[in-house]
Amino acid sequence: MTGATKLLLIAFSMIFTENYVLVQFIAICPFLGVSKKLDSSVGMSGAVIFVMTLASAVTWLIYNFIMVPLHIEYLSTIIFILVIAALVQFVEIVLKKFLKSLYNSLGIYLPLITTNCAVLAVTLLNITNTYNFLESVIDGLTAGVGFGLAMILFCGVRKALERAKPPKCFSGLPITLVAAALTSMTFMGFTGIADALFK
Amino acid sequence: MNPIVTAVLILAAIGAVAAILLVLASKFLAVPVDESFTKVRECLPGANCGGCGYPGCDGYAQAIVDGKETEINKCAAGGKTSLEALAKVTGREAVAAEPKIAVVCCLGNNDSTLKKEHYVGQTSCKAAKLLFSGDGACSFGCLGYGDCAVACPEQAINIINGLAHVNDIRCQGCGACARACPQHVIRILPASKKIVVKCKNNEKGVHVTKICKAGCVGCGLCTRKCPEEAITLVNNLATINPEKCTDCGTCKEVCPRKCIL
Repeated sequence: MTGATKLLLIAFSMIFTENYVLVQFIAICPFLGVSKKLDSSVGMSGAVIFVMTLASAVTWLIYNFIMVPLHIEYLSTIIFILVIAALVQFVEIVLKKFLKSLYNSLGIYLPLITTNCAVLAVTLLNITNTYNFLESVIDGLTAGVGFGLAMILFCGVRKALERAKPPKCFSGLPITLVAAALTSMTFMGFTGIADALFK
Repeated sequence: MNPIVTAVLILAAIGAVAAILLVLASKFLAVPVDESFTKVRECLPGANCGGCGYPGCDGYAQAIVDGKETEINKCAAGGKTSLEALAKVTGREAVAAEPKIAVVCCLGNNDSTLKKEHYVGQTSCKAAKLLFSGDGACSFGCLGYGDCAVACPEQAINIINGLAHVNDIRCQGCGACARACPQHVIRILPASKKIVVKCKNNEKGVHVTKICKAGCVGCGLCTRKCPEEAITLVNNLATINPEKCTDCGTCKEVCPRKCIL
């Protein structure tokens, strides 16, 4: 497989077939918590895309240039948590200083995703899948886009749920989870498409 | 070297590097935060009711800090506590605003007024109003679907028998209900003025008697009996001038419809 095709495959599978939220069930917490309003889900998605891309790049460099030579690959989970937390804090300070508008639009969501499991998952899976640097960055970027897609789609579903009147035992979180399951089933329909398209 | 020691050392080193970077960043890239805003904001209750006329407590605090707002007594929800705290922080004089209260100017509950249609749909006054000005036979009265009760940050409004009732003790007079009411049937009045004409219908008396047992028919008895001449008929509806009213209660007694309370 040539480089460009592989990048396309990564992008397609991260957004559709391997969507973190709806297929792999990672980052369900922000998915359910922040998808009530469109503007907050867009803000959250923006922050996730931004942090995932950055974290993928930084952790790939740390893994390959620090951890592999020192033979401490087994520490990847804890080191990545540390690095991502520090990175998000650092980015927040920098944005506050130099890009005030971006800081305001990402707002509270940036520190919220410091310990988001999707961000950690993307960095760990980059290593497991032995991606090179460019592939890791694309993986992070498109995983974030997939997260955003799921958030925005589900926000629309929840808008419709607000108007519905479920039985009392279902109202609130239960009906939201049922709706999430149905939304997730639609994404299961993409399974296998990526292989047929790119291989 | 023992692998445990290596692991701990490397982790500590990475942590230390990250810590140093963050400390340097926060030192050299620090953005000064206006402390007075935080102080002013802490004085407000955070109910975000909008009673002050600003979008939420943050908006009011910002306006006070920027000097755009000279009055510090606009927070109805915080009341005296907020006012005194604000006076201390801003160094301005604490002049209490007159306490206000929400009054539902309608007495048309399910027993006294008729329905002109059978409304089935979203339980919201705004939605009901979209269909032929609501389902009540009186197109001026309370619809009773509780938009005001939802809007109230103090849970001071209850819908009883199809009519909104304000709990006087809980009500802070923030006006969130009055803004939410599509019929504009809720008024925010000074708490000291007890006597209010509880009707909004300005149609002719003949029509009002047909649809509501409690509506003002514009007979004008109160205008003639009022010792202060504080009541006038405006569009077939008795209207009290709060400047002249002395709360004597004469109108209350003479009103044949018992709609002045």
